[in-house]
Amino acid sequence: MKAFARLLERLAFTPARNAKLTILSHYFQTTPDPDRGYALAVLTGTLDLRQVSPSLLKRLASERVDEQLFRLSYDFVGDLAETIALIWPTDAEVSTEVSLSQAVLLLRETGKLSLPGVIADLLDRLTAPERLAFLKLATGNLRVGVSVRLAHTALAMGTLRGSEEIEEIWHGQAAPFLPLFTWLAGGPSPAPASAPFRPVMLSTPITAEELAPLDPTRHIAEWKWDGIRVQAVAEDGMRRLYSRTGEEIGAAFPDIIEAMTFEGAVDGELLVRRGAEIAPFADLQKRLGRKSVGRVLLQSHPAALILYDILAWRGEDLRPLPLSSRRARLEAAPFDSPRIGLSPLLPFETWEELARLRAAPHAPVIEGVMIKRLDTPYIAGRPRGPWFKWKRDPMVIDAVLLYAQSGHGKRSGFYSDFTFGLWEGEELVPVGKAYFGFTDEELRELDRFVRRNTVQRFGPVRQLAPKLVVEVAFEGLNVSQRHRSGVAMRFPRISRIRADKPAADADRLETLRAML
Amino acid sequence: MTLRAEDVIYPTEAGLYCAPGDFYIDPLRPVPRAMVTHGHSDHARPGHGAVMATRQTLDIMAIRYGEDFAASRQIAEGPVRIGGVTASFHPAGHVLGSSQILINPDDGPRILISGDYCRTPNPVCLPWEPVACDIFITEATFGLPIFRHPNPLTEAGRLIASIAEFPNRPHLVGAYALGKAQRVIALARAAGHHGPIAIHGALKRLCDYHVDQGIDLGPLVAASDPGEAQLIIAPPSAFASPWVQRFRDPVLSYASGWMTVRAHARQRGVELPLVISDHVDWPQLTATIRELAPREVWITHGAEDGLTRWCEIEGIPSRPLRLIGYEDEPE
Ligand SMILES: [Zn+2]
Ligand SMILES: [Zn+2]
Repeated sequence: MKAFARLLERLAFTPARNAKLTILSHYFQTTPDPDRGYALAVLTGTLDLRQVSPSLLKRLASERVDEQLFRLSYDFVGDLAETIALIWPTDAEVSTEVSLSQAVLLLRETGKLSLPGVIADLLDRLTAPERLAFLKLATGNLRVGVSVRLAHTALAMGTLRGSEEIEEIWHGQAAPFLPLFTWLAGGPSPAPASAPFRPVMLSTPITAEELAPLDPTRHIAEWKWDGIRVQAVAEDGMRRLYSRTGEEIGAAFPDIIEAMTFEGAVDGELLVRRGAEIAPFADLQKRLGRKSVGRVLLQSHPAALILYDILAWRGEDLRPLPLSSRRARLEAAPFDSPRIGLSPLLPFETWEELARLRAAPHAPVIEGVMIKRLDTPYIAGRPRGPWFKWKRDPMVIDAVLLYAQSGHGKRSGFYSDFTFGLWEGEELVPVGKAYFGFTDEELRELDRFVRRNTVQRFGPVRQLAPKLVVEVAFEGLNVSQRHRSGVAMRFPRISRIRADKPAADADRLETLRAML
Repeated sequence: MTLRAEDVIYPTEAGLYCAPGDFYIDPLRPVPRAMVTHGHSDHARPGHGAVMATRQTLDIMAIRYGEDFAASRQIAEGPVRIGGVTASFHPAGHVLGSSQILINPDDGPRILISGDYCRTPNPVCLPWEPVACDIFITEATFGLPIFRHPNPLTEAGRLIASIAEFPNRPHLVGAYALGKAQRVIALARAAGHHGPIAIHGALKRLCDYHVDQGIDLGPLVAASDPGEAQLIIAPPSAFASPWVQRFRDPVLSYASGWMTVRAHARQRGVELPLVISDHVDWPQLTATIRELAPREVWITHGAEDGLTRWCEIEGIPSRPLRLIGYEDEPE
């Protein structure tokens, strides 16, 4: 458990993706089976463990520690699991090693009645960092910022396999993943899963200038919807809905699962659609991330699939076929549900015609167009060339910098996280945060501005004199109850520093609301 | 007539005052006569008339404030009689030159002022020494049972392991200029880091002084020209300044007892929190009180509520002095 505790601690304090990958891959390479497999399961959220309630933990602590000292400590630490991990009285400085596997099995197999005793006994045998790791595990509250995709990338590092290959077999595997690790080390392929995920093909951004030399007749174009990319697989009696990183999200979309009466694997966009009208992303967000969905929500926020590709059909792998053939197969395939439709092809003969379509989409949930070359097979990953996204020009607004906070990793020592605001009457109202968009040179300029114009500090946050105007570009707007401004921007970034513009001339909140 | 402890020593606005001897201990503002436990800036301040401290503490004050930091100074060597009391200095194990001060009235209770103290072996100073007393005046910086400092060598091992894991990222450790910085260097050496260690300019004179005093810190280079050095030590304040910008993708670390608590480490924005403290932790604090078995415990600064509660449970009379002006883990 010591190595696992160290891993969690390092991950929790390491913000940069690359550093997280290094830490994870070292862990997988140096930790024996079955512990590394259980760690993998814990990090990717694929382990179903009994959850220990905060009240049980509080009760355990109260049996060991004076109530007043506990309360003082809890006030100071601010986190229950951490307080108990630190305060738990033990005699032995050095503990006999309890493995992660043992801890996991205990949580899995202990009955409800004997659970308190088993936990107390285990806490007695662990060091403080291990106690914290165990308690975070037991309360299901890891918060270390590791996605399934990140874990796959780390697993692939230093092996002969690629992360796409791992994604492909991932769904047949379970903790402690012994066949997976054997395969990564050069052993035989693990047993295939039923209705497996196929790693997706991704697009790269393109501009009008880059598009010009390409031949429009060798490409098709479709709307780029503002939903989420999914893969719907119905094979051998199994129906699974995957996100584009291979995470299963079917539990939140029983209406889609029910509509998957075909035998194959298709690629498309998941959206909320009422009749013919496609709802904004915020509506889809209400459905995402749920373990189950009630009838009311199913009716008020019905989901739909817009398909743009077909990867397998009735046992045949279609991925090696060129897009032109796949599109024909897709159009010929029967989907007998009103929830599933095809992504329409846009009529255009020149890029100028496509540009006109792109500039005036018929629905606000369209964020640009996708351009796909007709002669290429379905290639996992992000090959440059066959698929492009040509996004609508972003919206921009001129805002005033209000607060700044320093960054991490490569931006250590620089103020790089900014809160900006717009005028409402005589007041500047914060409307969003931006962490990127600027060049290194601009970052230095912003940093200098922050240091010279701080009016007050709150811990790591600096409040700034409201003097500097920045142009903020963003991809869309949603109504938001949580923001004081009433709107939330999508992907806001600082696209330009407007040192030339006085703060009084920055945009007003009404202007932003009018863009809704 | 027998003096009561409250008549021998009591808190005033200028700090703890010893009435029969007419002097202050670690005064917070300029006074005619002061005894100073150690060189941290919240305990050792400039501008007093006469200062008595260990030779090393006096040297450190001269390095920090200039030779004229006080009108006159006296090296504490052996017991001295002042007024109706005898005062003596005893090692506190906190930083180089740090002492506890025992006040022994001719007729009255023996009073021990701990100053800041540490009982984990510290390679840069003499170890804490038990001194029999009737009244124990202690700090309680880490006076809550959540504070159990790990073995500092284990923490140094974590630093060395991170350097091995990220050999191309410079490791910047924030450590206070007096004591912590030198201790971190000595610990890194003990954990097997033999290469050059770069130090921020603000640490130079104090590191030189430790070397003069016979403490081996190994090869040190200036952080302004770190060369191949993978490990850089700087005062924590440097992290918030543009000074950090010269390092590419650094791993920020911070060595302090406060790093026990994650929220504190997060607030500092560090990637590698190291729990290395120059103060007693909770088990040491409570064990010290049990060991000295004083009649009464007085608490100068820190988490006094926690320690007061513990004394109550143990049946030891205690009182907080609520001295304002000492930082939590300062320098
Ligand atoms: Zn001190
Ligand atoms: Zn102090």
